[in-house]
Amino acid sequence: MLLETAARPARTKPGPSLTSDQAERIRRIRRSGAYVLLIISSAVFLLPFLWMLTTSLKSDADNLAFPPQWLPDSFHVENYVKGWTGSLPFTRFLLNTILITALSMAGNLISCVLPAYAFARMRARAAGIMFTALLATMMIPREITLVPKFIMFSKLGWVDTYLPLVVPEFFGVALYIFLLRQFFTTIPQELIDAARIDGASELRILWSVMLPLAKPAIAAICLFSFVGNWNQYLENTLYLRSMEKITLAQGLGMFSGQYVTQYNQMMAVALLSMLPILVVFFLAQKTFIRGVTLTGIAGR
Amino acid sequence: MTAVSPLARREARRFHLFVSPWLIGFVLFSAGPIVAAVVLSFMKWNLLQTPSWIGFGNYARMFNDPEFWESIENTVQYGLGSVALGVTFTFVLALLLNQPLRFQGLFRTVMYLPSVVSGLATALLWINILHPDYGLINKLLASVGIDGPGWLASQEWAIPGLVLMSVWGAGNTIVIYLAGLQGIPKTLYEAAEIDGAGWWRRFWNVTVPMMSPVIFFNVVTGFIAALQSYVLILVMTEGGPGNATMVLGLYIYRQAFVYFDMGYAATLSWAMFVLVIIVTAIQFSLARRWVHYEFK
Repeated sequence: MLLETAARPARTKPGPSLTSDQAERIRRIRRSGAYVLLIISSAVFLLPFLWMLTTSLKSDADNLAFPPQWLPDSFHVENYVKGWTGSLPFTRFLLNTILITALSMAGNLISCVLPAYAFARMRARAAGIMFTALLATMMIPREITLVPKFIMFSKLGWVDTYLPLVVPEFFGVALYIFLLRQFFTTIPQELIDAARIDGASELRILWSVMLPLAKPAIAAICLFSFVGNWNQYLENTLYLRSMEKITLAQGLGMFSGQYVTQYNQMMAVALLSMLPILVVFFLAQKTFIRGVTLTGIAGR
Repeated sequence: MTAVSPLARREARRFHLFVSPWLIGFVLFSAGPIVAAVVLSFMKWNLLQTPSWIGFGNYARMFNDPEFWESIENTVQYGLGSVALGVTFTFVLALLLNQPLRFQGLFRTVMYLPSVVSGLATALLWINILHPDYGLINKLLASVGIDGPGWLASQEWAIPGLVLMSVWGAGNTIVIYLAGLQGIPKTLYEAAEIDGAGWWRRFWNVTVPMMSPVIFFNVVTGFIAALQSYVLILVMTEGGPGNATMVLGLYIYRQAFVYFDMGYAATLSWAMFVLVIIVTAIQFSLARRWVHYEFK
């Protein structure tokens, strides 16, 4: 072992032609190369958003000009007002979306934290089978349950109410439970034992010991849940029918059907509908990325 | 059988109490519907008349249904395209984003952004980006003198167009790669450097083998997601032009909620399940050749 390590540097010394000056230059070239690539790819990722923004500010005539132009001749901020307050009640859609999203998020948090804690920290004979079942539900295509669930909810008379969208959210989401459970298992047992000795109940331990430590994971789940429910389109269209109940995503869909050529107003409303998500993402970004890295979504 | 201590019994009772929200949900919204889907796949039912048992009728129909096979073909094409392009492209991006450079956080946010907003707004945006005359991509192509294809309006280019959109929203894949890259021990690179390995050797002999489990994870989950994705396609093309973008998920949706053929839709959803299993099994058997696990 010792021999081996001793022999190595002699055998594999870096090429004799490289002075430290040259190495530094190569490093610098490489770094600027990385910057150039990053800036180009960021531009590629941002371009659609920018284009959305410029489109939303064009006049109707510019919009259909041929050959099409990049930038608007004049800025038409009124597209935002026109699109939002036009023939579709977008404010109503927004309120509906907020209501459904808020209820669903609350439901997700309550119903995922408890099982996750149990899977991470409690022993029971059935725990293994249940955990396997939990993992299995993450792999089964949701199309399989889509039709029976639709039949079930329509038999219950829940079509055109928020119940099919909100009630299931209070019964746990496999992915979130799994994530939280992974995170809870990393928290040192001593902390829990100490709390137990102090006479804390399990709920108390969960609330005052586990949850504060699991903030990044909770942030990740909140974001997933928020984005998922805010963007939910398929289930909304299946269950919500009447105009005063539908959500932003559905409203956008109707909008595009109504005014195929008014891209400017459509893009304006689409941007407005994204705004809350962008704001939440910027606020939660740091904690969120940390949560994702730590909770082992990385599959290790 | 050993006697269970009262303490263990109390812990088990508490476990069941804590798990009960998920357990009830599992029975009501996963296990129950799955059983129902099995039964339903042997029935003919349009929600209005009483269901009638037709045995393997739906399955026989499926095998003789040219639209079904077409949808399988489209699904696999879309899956291969979006995974091949997505997994390699995002890997390169993750390598770049893992460099200790300034504005690292900003770059990461920018590339993650599309996957946060994906939803109907994305669909509407990309309908316009891919527009043959007014769209962003064809404008860009025109500025370098290339006459762009019809994208969603043409049979051959509709799926490539959707693949482009899927790569744009692949931020989750990047985050997973980043997590993996940060898990590679620095000592491996140091050892390689002492051995005189240049940038390419280090990449090929350290980064790639160490990342192979993560790449594998992204390939498998990427495929599963791609095989099941159709909501954006539903909004953007409704399966057209012709049947060019009629993927299996969309075909299921159409049978269930346009034609109200609930039994046939259930049968098709089992076909999707089988497709997912087959593709995943192929992945796993190929994995033995290229995925490197440090601890076996």
